[in-house]
Amino acid sequence: MSGANLSGFKTLLYKELLRFWKVSLQTIGAPVLSTVLYLMIFSHVLDSHVTVYGAIEYTAFLVPGLVMMAVLQNAFANSSSSLIQSKITGNIVFVLLPPISYREFYAAYVLASVLRGVLVGFGVWLASLIFVFVAPKAPLWVLIFTLTGGAILGSLGVIAGIWAEKFDQLAGFQNFLIMPLTMLAGVFYSVHSLPVFWLRVSHFNPFFYMIDGFRYGFFGVSDVSPWLSLSIVSMFLAVLAALTLRMLASGYKLRG
Amino acid sequence: MTAAISVRGAVKHYGALQALGGVDLDVAQGEFFALLGPNGAGKTTLISALAGLIRLSAGSIRVMGHDVVDDYREARRMVGVVPQELVFDPFFSVREVLRLQSGYFGLKRNDDWIDELLASLDLTKKADANMRQLSGGMKRRVLVAQALVHRPPVIVLDEPTAGVDVELRQGLWAFVRKLNEQGHTIVLTTHYLEEAQTLCNRIAMLKAGRIVALDNTVNLLRAVDGHTLRVRIAGDLPAGLNGAAPERDGEHWVFASDDYTVLLDRLVALRNAGAAITEFEVGRPDLEKVFVDVMRRAE
Repeated sequence: MSGANLSGFKTLLYKELLRFWKVSLQTIGAPVLSTVLYLMIFSHVLDSHVTVYGAIEYTAFLVPGLVMMAVLQNAFANSSSSLIQSKITGNIVFVLLPPISYREFYAAYVLASVLRGVLVGFGVWLASLIFVFVAPKAPLWVLIFTLTGGAILGSLGVIAGIWAEKFDQLAGFQNFLIMPLTMLAGVFYSVHSLPVFWLRVSHFNPFFYMIDGFRYGFFGVSDVSPWLSLSIVSMFLAVLAALTLRMLASGYKLRG
Repeated sequence: MTAAISVRGAVKHYGALQALGGVDLDVAQGEFFALLGPNGAGKTTLISALAGLIRLSAGSIRVMGHDVVDDYREARRMVGVVPQELVFDPFFSVREVLRLQSGYFGLKRNDDWIDELLASLDLTKKADANMRQLSGGMKRRVLVAQALVHRPPVIVLDEPTAGVDVELRQGLWAFVRKLNEQGHTIVLTTHYLEEAQTLCNRIAMLKAGRIVALDNTVNLLRAVDGHTLRVRIAGDLPAGLNGAAPERDGEHWVFASDDYTVLLDRLVALRNAGAAITEFEVGRPDLEKVFVDVMRRAE
């Protein structure tokens, strides 16, 4: 057995990056615009009425949540849409025929997803400067949660893209799982403002820890300790990566 | 010499359906080999297993001595597959597609060979066109180029001429024949039996996942009374043809034999018996008749 096909991995990564870059208006511009619309509307309605963590204005509070939401949703969209399009059009065969291992396949799809998430997140943060300047107090935490959160959603995208046989199944995965988990993870509010029951429920949502840890990187305050968030997010990533790799190794829905 | 392809006890089940029922097959290096069979016979399943696109339920396949599961990287480097479906990636140009495919196989600088492929397949002018802008025939040629981009010693063409016009078909076969002359092993599946008869040295026929005939093309053709004499006569067939009993086929009488001289005797006998022959033609044995006979016997 010969060694790793690094060129195969790099080419697949490059192909995935080129794919979304060629339609960047749709894959980067559109999500930035829609996130900015959220920011514009909510900041206009609530900014003068709400402060969070004592003294943080609502618009400023909203920025990290929206940036992370953009990272997560676009990381998921990248791998899932690429895979289902390739499966449905049949061109997935071009990446199944070459000597690319399932680990290289996974790494290329997830890394491309993370990079798209980072690009869109950065775009949202840049656009948010129109409304408020929020600079990270602890950039390392921002980076760590961006990468782990992006990798988690990139992995979920691989799972969904391989599992789904039709676009509406993928839309179901996105609308009934990814979207609620993101929206209910504290993007728009601090979970401490919730009733006790919903506060406890929020702690079972792994997306909450991604967003809360990411927000800590900006303000130095968060609903739970960033170390707890990092532990839970890392465990979640490890489990998902293992699951996705097992799925790919078995050839589930890809290699008959 | 190591076989180009070696299939041992290949079995594939899809639930209750058995797509391959224990196939054993060797294809020697340099052969031009045909895999024939009706729809659902298992041709594409066998090719898919050979290319690593599906996994066998039992058995093994080696390409140039490399097991397609245990040594899949080397096995995949040894084979180029032209898929049956006209698939393409709408995001990229022809050149981008070929560069990407080269990279997947670990080839970083492959532009010289890509240019050569584009020229050989008459695609140079379309090198920078998006795949969506190409005609069906051009997309088919890009698929061939993709399969060859890593210079595989074994090339598998799964019904490459389905729905393809005559000009492209002839160009494609001339190109593939050249590759075969250069030493590439070619495996072809097709429903156009005259293509297999003309091009291939050896033929396997599959039915319901099993090989029902496997021989060189000449031997397969010899196995049937393939020579025919079709005669059209004004009036009735005269009596006294030395016991010959031709078959009626519309307005023609058909004599069959594997020996030309017998047919010549029949023709002379007809004339001597006073038959008014208005038309006659001699037919050579063809693979279609062999195919029909083999499939019928396999029922």
